[in-house]
Amino acid sequence: MPASNFSCGCKCSVNIKNLGVRRGSQVILHDVNLSAHHGEILALIGRNGAGKTTLLKAIMGRIPHTGTVEFFNPKGERIQNPRIGYVPQHLAFDRSTPVTVADLFCANCGRLPVWLGHRKAQLARAEQMLRKVGLVNQLDKKLGSLSGGELQRVLLAFALDPMPDMLLLDEPVSAVDRLGTGLFYELVTSLRSEYHMPVLLVSHDLGHVKRYATAAAFIDRTVIMRNTVDKVLNNPEVRETFGLDIVGV
Amino acid sequence: MEGIYQFLDALLPFEWAEFAFMKNALLAVLIITPLFGLTGTMIVNNKMSFFSDALGHSAMTGIAIGVLLGVDNYLFSMLGFALLFALAISSIIESGTSSSDTIIGVFSSAGVALGIVLLSINGGFSKYSNYLIGDILAIRPSELLMLLIVLIAVLLLWFFCFNRLMTASLNPDLAASKRINARLYNTLFVVAIALIVTVSIKWVGILIINSLLVLPAASARNLAKGMRSYHGLSVLISLFSGVCGLIVSYYLGTAAGGTIVLVAAVLFFLSFIINRCRDKA
Repeated sequence: MPASNFSCGCKCSVNIKNLGVRRGSQVILHDVNLSAHHGEILALIGRNGAGKTTLLKAIMGRIPHTGTVEFFNPKGERIQNPRIGYVPQHLAFDRSTPVTVADLFCANCGRLPVWLGHRKAQLARAEQMLRKVGLVNQLDKKLGSLSGGELQRVLLAFALDPMPDMLLLDEPVSAVDRLGTGLFYELVTSLRSEYHMPVLLVSHDLGHVKRYATAAAFIDRTVIMRNTVDKVLNNPEVRETFGLDIVGV
Repeated sequence: MEGIYQFLDALLPFEWAEFAFMKNALLAVLIITPLFGLTGTMIVNNKMSFFSDALGHSAMTGIAIGVLLGVDNYLFSMLGFALLFALAISSIIESGTSSSDTIIGVFSSAGVALGIVLLSINGGFSKYSNYLIGDILAIRPSELLMLLIVLIAVLLLWFFCFNRLMTASLNPDLAASKRINARLYNTLFVVAIALIVTVSIKWVGILIINSLLVLPAASARNLAKGMRSYHGLSVLISLFSGVCGLIVSYYLGTAAGGTIVLVAAVLFFLSFIINRCRDKA
């Protein structure tokens, strides 16, 4: 089962060893061993509270954890300071904040403080990133005025600038309509084939997982199983958790 | 200082500008208001207006500690206590055990109460009451210099750290993905507010310092189209309220701090109405 695919050298992109997270006396995650490969879309599935989002936060270094998370480039060399792209389920922010899309991008690609303005080169770069996700002329819009789908795509573009060593998607389309969902995943799939970055995708929608993921891991405080999507979805424990036998997916 | 006075005399041939204390007050306003306008933007963005209010109240205890220690200048005891106070509040909020407004409320009341109790030990509380409303007309040149140094320090912080501060305030997880330590920047910001509140409280007053921090930024937020206009408007509104309020207070014979805040409050309602009309249009 999990993980010492370490021997595969060049294919291995992120290698998580014995990761554990506690909150007070409560164990949220323990003995997580998981690896993701370049160009893989690995879906993390599990019941609510199984620790999927916590795992993503631990990978980002946002919360303290035990164990190690190591990143490797396509040549198999260790990356010390990996770049991580993160698209949250629902960005919790104050929707009336006067932060524009341009402010968000320019604040993270240059030294000039955004309260003094934006450099033309930075704006052009941000516009180019936004075009990649199918958005045009949105730079001057405030973040709070974007629709759910637009915001998720802005966040995806933001996650891709600079091009990350790994992309973490935490239920990225739960607030997006059907058309937007399709667009979003098409985009992620094309990015993966273009840049060969590993993608960790947390999703409750097994339809999406089946359609877009290339592998799946079933999580319940640790990795219960990691395999191809079909094998994971056919596991009795997974079918039980998601009630698959009842709905007949 | 003489050169600056002569320059002001040439620039402002008005009755109110004849007196040295008015010139000093004007200079203080020209330093304090941009400082407040600039930092106010992040206080409002981070929903920390209640927090900065509590910090102002904590100054009461800071003064009391200074009195008990027998020092002449209460600045350091205020600063020390404000820092302790600010860091204690933010670490308790981060532990997530109670809602933040409750925690701040408890600290704020305790800060004022402790200050009142300690100050009333040695008899009269009344000799400290000028701290409540502040007296910008009593500022001296050496104190102006101190304010100027704080302004420069905050400008440097805003120049070098603002982008990360903004991302961290938008969403800590998003910031973490860009390798920004939201907690570190939050602490830095809290320390900066403690410093600003402490050095200016004697001139602005415990009761109204927070209005001056929050009102210009809140007005600017009603009108802003992005971070640049937010900051620009906030600083302009703050400067305008300060200068306008100071002059009006001279002719009306009212307390300068309160008059400045009133001007800022009127501007806030104007910006609110403009924003409403624009939304409807």
